Amino acid sequence: MSTSGSENHTNYLNDGYGVKSWLLTTDHKRIAILYMISITLFFMIGGFFALVIRLTLLSPNGTLVSADTYNKMFTMHGVTMIFFFLIPSIPAVLGNFLVPMMIGARDLAFPKLNLLSWYIYVLGGIFTLSAMVLGGVDTGWTFYTPLSSGYSHTNVVPTVIGVFIVGFSSILTGLNFIVTIHKMRAPGLTWFRLPLFIWAHYATSVIQVLGTPVIAVTLALVGFERITGVGIFDPNIGGDPILFQHLFWFYSHPAVYIMVLPSMGIVSEVVTCFSQRKLFGYRQMAFASMAIAVFGFLVWGHHMFVSGQSVYAGMAFSALSFLVAIPSAVKVFNWTATLYKGTIRFNTPMLYAFGFIGLFTIGGLTGIVLATLPVDVHVHDTYFVIAHFHYIMVGGAVMGYMAGLHFWWPKITGKLYPEGLAKFSALTLFVGFNLTFFPQFILGYLGMPRRYHIYPPEFQVLNVLSTAGASILGLGYIIPFFYFMWSLRKGKVAGNNPWNAKGLEWLTTSPPPTFNFDKTPVVTEEAYAYPEEDLVGG
Amino acid sequence: MTGHTISRNRYFLIFAALIVLLVLTIFMAYVDLGPFNVIVAITIAIIKATLVILYFMHVRYSSRVTWVFVSAGFFWLLIMFTLTMSDIATRFTF
Repeated sequence: MSTSGSENHTNYLNDGYGVKSWLLTTDHKRIAILYMISITLFFMIGGFFALVIRLTLLSPNGTLVSADTYNKMFTMHGVTMIFFFLIPSIPAVLGNFLVPMMIGARDLAFPKLNLLSWYIYVLGGIFTLSAMVLGGVDTGWTFYTPLSSGYSHTNVVPTVIGVFIVGFSSILTGLNFIVTIHKMRAPGLTWFRLPLFIWAHYATSVIQVLGTPVIAVTLALVGFERITGVGIFDPNIGGDPILFQHLFWFYSHPAVYIMVLPSMGIVSEVVTCFSQRKLFGYRQMAFASMAIAVFGFLVWGHHMFVSGQSVYAGMAFSALSFLVAIPSAVKVFNWTATLYKGTIRFNTPMLYAFGFIGLFTIGGLTGIVLATLPVDVHVHDTYFVIAHFHYIMVGGAVMGYMAGLHFWWPKITGKLYPEGLAKFSALTLFVGFNLTFFPQFILGYLGMPRRYHIYPPEFQVLNVLSTAGASILGLGYIIPFFYFMWSLRKGKVAGNNPWNAKGLEWLTTSPPPTFNFDKTPVVTEEAYAYPEEDLVGG
Repeated sequence: MTGHTISRNRYFLIFAALIVLLVLTIFMAYVDLGPFNVIVAITIAIIKATLVILYFMHVRYSSRVTWVFVSAGFFWLLIMFTLTMSDIATRFTF
């Protein structure tokens, strides 16, 4: 196995320089970079919509944009961030880059399908961006019927086609991971020696493969009803609008776990490395990932307590929703227990991982609040819900993505970023995030509804705080963008394993060679085999 | 995949069975069985789908892992139907 730390070795970055060598590549690492650039672009677009939302809410009178434009802003913010940033973020970027390397494979099982998935993503993105340029869409990211299927006069069909298309990219990524993890593990790498990042991606892939077709069919039915007038969801022509919500949330609730499970995988890698400890309760963590993937499909009705859904179904969904808390809590407790007696280093990835654990816990616990039927009736469609899911999706999923990006950046690029600035940026992001979203819990509890561009004047102080927080949060995202770019040219050479981490990906060079390993590695130890001190009597 | 090949005759046999079941579906649509019409139609549809999955999609000759994933697909479908029906079948008040 090659151990050279030189940046001049042949690697996936210098193995061909032309545009064609990138656009026709089947190398999972290059495809990961293509995805990274694409999702960053969509993150900026989605961030712009968020900026307009927060600036509008600075004033109770909604002076910046009209009510109609505001409706479009929050819709396009949601559509962009969920379907074009969060869902592909970790699996398509870090998963693509790392899954084959972590299991000692040369590439994914279907490299051409992998490239196809990126092209499908781009095609879906073009449709959705076109809809935005043509005047936008105002249905909310949930596309609820009958608004979306009959009443909205905005660009619903091209947006829905875009989301429909991008779903196939997600399915192909999931399919590729499942087959790769089953079939291409290095000799000695048994299921219970796999890093938890791999378990997390396996669980995520199961959701992608089994859930995404349902949203695709559902959105196709919305388009079909709009175009043909055949009653499926519109009650005027014999349809059932609540059926749409069932089908939509059957996918879209588990989609939350598509976003957050991979982050959990990253946190497991980071926490073990920066405490130099074996993970506490490895098997429970692996099973917890799978349990989250399965339980996630049993709880969707908690989004529909006030929709007109039967109250008996509501009670069942409320009770089932509490189940998800069990594996989630197992994870939080096990990460915390892993730190016990560890040699903890507060490097940037670890700061983000700590951020994840704390913010995900708040997001998860407020999820329990919302899953409690009578409480949800009170706070449904208020800012409490907005705060809750941003704690999961930004505080959880994006924090995890940032942790992973910082953790593996030296492997991906062969360069180190400026650690001091990165720590400052992580703290800025943490402070900005909480200042943005914590006031929204209070606003929601006090009764401020979501999706309105005006609000009573007594809510202004908390809204101003939230917008101020969003500015700090924005800074927390912009700083890493610049130092990452800077590091590509000026960063110190990273070496193969700058964090002293365990895992096959750290055995090869940075950046890795095109086929990852000069010789297929043979695995002889458990995951996270960090040297242990005797804890007895400690 | 185990590399098992299915003979051309077997394909034609399955195809013929599907056509027979299709004719049966159309025929049964004209026989008034009350609420049982739906049950009969769904039963025939399940048989047809099973034949396609087992033979045309080669699942019958595939590995156990493939069987697990095919079963998982149907298990998930069952979850979707059951929990959706938990709402639709109980929308009443005492």
